[in-house]
Amino acid sequence: MDNRQKEIDNLKDYKYGFTTEIENTRAPKGLNEDVIKFISNIKKEPQWMLDFRLKAYERFKQLKEPDWQKPKYPKIDYQDLYYYSAPKSMKDKPKNLDDLDPKLLETYKKLGIPLQEQKRLNGIAVDAVFDSVSVATTFREELTKQGIIFCPISEAIQNHPELVKKYLGSVIPVTDHFFATLNSAVFTDGSFAYIPEGVRCPMELSTYFRINASNTGQFERTLIVADKGSYVSYLEGCTAPMRDENQLHAANVELVALDDAEIKYSTVQNWYPGDKDGKGGIYNFVTKRGLCKGKNSKISWTQVETGSAITWKYPSCILKGDNSVGEFYSIAITNNHQKADTGTKMIHLGKNTKSKIISKGISAGSSDMTYRGLVDISSKATNSNNYTQCDSLLMGNKCGAHTVPYIKNKNSESNIAHEATTSKISEDQLHYCQQRGLSAEEAVGLIVNGFCKEVLQQLPMEFAVEAQKLVGISLEGSVG
Amino acid sequence: MKEQLQKDFDNTIRNLTLSQKDIEIKKFYLDNFINKGFPNRKEEDWKFSDLKQIIKKNIGELAFYSDYTSTNKVDTSAFVDGLEHNKIVFINGRIEKIDFDYEKKDQIEIIDQSETINKFNNNSSLSDLNSAFTNKSFKIVVRKGYQLLKPLIIYHTTNSKIWSKNINLRLNFELYENSSLRLIDLFRDTSEKNFINIFYNFDLKENSILKNYKVDKFENKNIKYSFNNIEQDKNSVSETFILSSGSNFCKNEINCNLNGKYSSAFVNGIFSLNNNKHHEIRTIINHLTENTKSYQLIKSVLEESSRAVYQGKIFVNSKAQKTDGYQLSKAILLNKDSEFNAKPELEIYADDVKCSHGSASGSLNEDSIFYLMSRGLNYQQSRELLINGFLLDVVEKITDPEVKNLIKNMIGIKE
Repeated sequence: MDNRQKEIDNLKDYKYGFTTEIENTRAPKGLNEDVIKFISNIKKEPQWMLDFRLKAYERFKQLKEPDWQKPKYPKIDYQDLYYYSAPKSMKDKPKNLDDLDPKLLETYKKLGIPLQEQKRLNGIAVDAVFDSVSVATTFREELTKQGIIFCPISEAIQNHPELVKKYLGSVIPVTDHFFATLNSAVFTDGSFAYIPEGVRCPMELSTYFRINASNTGQFERTLIVADKGSYVSYLEGCTAPMRDENQLHAANVELVALDDAEIKYSTVQNWYPGDKDGKGGIYNFVTKRGLCKGKNSKISWTQVETGSAITWKYPSCILKGDNSVGEFYSIAITNNHQKADTGTKMIHLGKNTKSKIISKGISAGSSDMTYRGLVDISSKATNSNNYTQCDSLLMGNKCGAHTVPYIKNKNSESNIAHEATTSKISEDQLHYCQQRGLSAEEAVGLIVNGFCKEVLQQLPMEFAVEAQKLVGISLEGSVG
Repeated sequence: MKEQLQKDFDNTIRNLTLSQKDIEIKKFYLDNFINKGFPNRKEEDWKFSDLKQIIKKNIGELAFYSDYTSTNKVDTSAFVDGLEHNKIVFINGRIEKIDFDYEKKDQIEIIDQSETINKFNNNSSLSDLNSAFTNKSFKIVVRKGYQLLKPLIIYHTTNSKIWSKNINLRLNFELYENSSLRLIDLFRDTSEKNFINIFYNFDLKENSILKNYKVDKFENKNIKYSFNNIEQDKNSVSETFILSSGSNFCKNEINCNLNGKYSSAFVNGIFSLNNNKHHEIRTIINHLTENTKSYQLIKSVLEESSRAVYQGKIFVNSKAQKTDGYQLSKAILLNKDSEFNAKPELEIYADDVKCSHGSASGSLNEDSIFYLMSRGLNYQQSRELLINGFLLDVVEKITDPEVKNLIKNMIGIKE
């Protein structure tokens, strides 16, 4: 009974913390060429894909794990992980949703992502990724009519090899840094989206990532290509069960925007953050990079980071095309023993390129938060502009908030402006709210939401409401 | 380089009267330096200025031994006119003169510390190099309640007698309660291709005031590194001004520890660079207790292929509530080959603080130039007016009127 009560109490804090009891197919433990061949084989991949993976693995063996980041973590034993785990029922891919394991349907229902026809979220096409495989993708027919390809990346490798071959690894090469290279070698599934020339995607595309199996690393790969003049808005959500161990999540996300195209990428990251004493939680070491390849293209990242024991990621934009625009809006909230080292890189290569960075960090409890960013205007990027604003809010004197911007200006006709502030919620504001009848916690929620508003309003509607609630929940218990 | 270091070290030791124990300590520092070598860009603090490469490119092989047995003639014409001042004169790294003629003799104490080795909390290998090779080091103590009547100018003069040499200097200052000191570091180099490595330590007791001005104005082809460590007790004030302009390469580091309540630190700097010059200012302000304050303002004007780097860090530990920290860096890039890099950093562990930083870089505002030209100035005049105004902002921050005038005259800013 006690245990049950405890479990319920725990779930109150993190309502996605349940585990789905389901039979799994796993790759043998550890990392070696055989495991990579196993993954490639089970996905029935062509030879070129296997070569891509092996090339990455060769490179990975030579790389050293980076250690310059602020949040330190115990050494990860890469041989003690499972690199592939999928529900057994997924072995022969079900033809339609009716054949899908009811347990999986149940799981997604509990997460608030119904996959069945009648209950689907209106106007959002979802690709649901469970551990290492994509279990279902909704609204595919409607999208196909417009020529939009939206499917798991493993399917895209089979059905659209020419597109995948052309763009996979073009933004994050196999020879990139440690975690990106690891992902290139062992990535299992993820989403692929291609928006053809001149098409404005009629609905939000979305991927929902769920880690379920224990002792598993999740390595998904997302590739989004927006052809000339197209537009797409893409959402990403993530949750994981509560476990005492730390789990690794090392995804790669590549975006390519051609001439006049626009990609809007939003993330609400709510991986299990660990318990109050900092035990367990996900290591979220993700590489996200967008390439504004064509003229007048635009990539915009919006992220709400509330989960994970350690978040370590820098969604970046390479502004290669002339007149291209990069944007980064971020809210990062850390509580208890969570740690975050996040920010962005804006690399200006083309003429007349513009970038904007708005970062809001909130740390409470014994957490630690770092904004780390790079703005690099190369000598050829004439008439470029950057504006950066990073604000941090501290609650309590056991937490930390740090700002580490790197600013490089090599062009005399370009301007960079950067400002950062760190402060706490003022007593006056609190007093005012409480005087009007709000409790201390509500008051903090209100003030924090106001602090984050600039970023929240960048999110698509459905997400914005969710994110606003999440901001409140993440800070529960941090006042008083 | 290793054999050269070893040989030069033995020569240096031979001319000193050190106990066996001190020699061992110096040897330890030498070994440290041999192991680490000159800092390179793999080290985070040297990311934007790779000293190893800079020395290799500009100097080549360095020699570390200097013969300090014979005296150099002090050239009085190099002294600053029109301002009465106390003097310390370094010629080619040798102290030739210490002169506090304007002050009460019993209020200032000059202690020869050549035979004591004090540590610096600086992790770079340059502090090891300095500890291994400094031959004379003095401690200057200002007694309780004494405020120096005249500023102290430290002349760093080098002449063509030296070439490809490394010079290591070290001074220690201690300011007792309620005392004050105005200090000007003035560089006058006629030598070329030397590497000058300077370490100062300041110990500021309660209510003391340090005004520390560094002027590197005159064109020269030397490479300089200067590290100032400032320890501050309750209510003390330190003001640092850096004019970074003359040398080929120069890096000024200010490490300021605000240990006592109500202590405050001000760091202001100007980069005015041309040709291929590459200068850096790195500041670390550690707020270690309640109610401390820091303020930093750095402005750069960069011409031709020059490059300026500003790395500023404000650290606030969890005890340092009510901290007020501010940092601003601005740069004007006048040429397409000039470059400005900045890393303004905040590291904060206390919640009741007010910390902010700003950084902006860009071109000269064409609208302002247009405005001035429409009032009858030509392009060159408008440009100069705007640049002067931009820099004047920093010079005006100097609280000492005499020194302010001196510096204004030096850089030719007219009001």
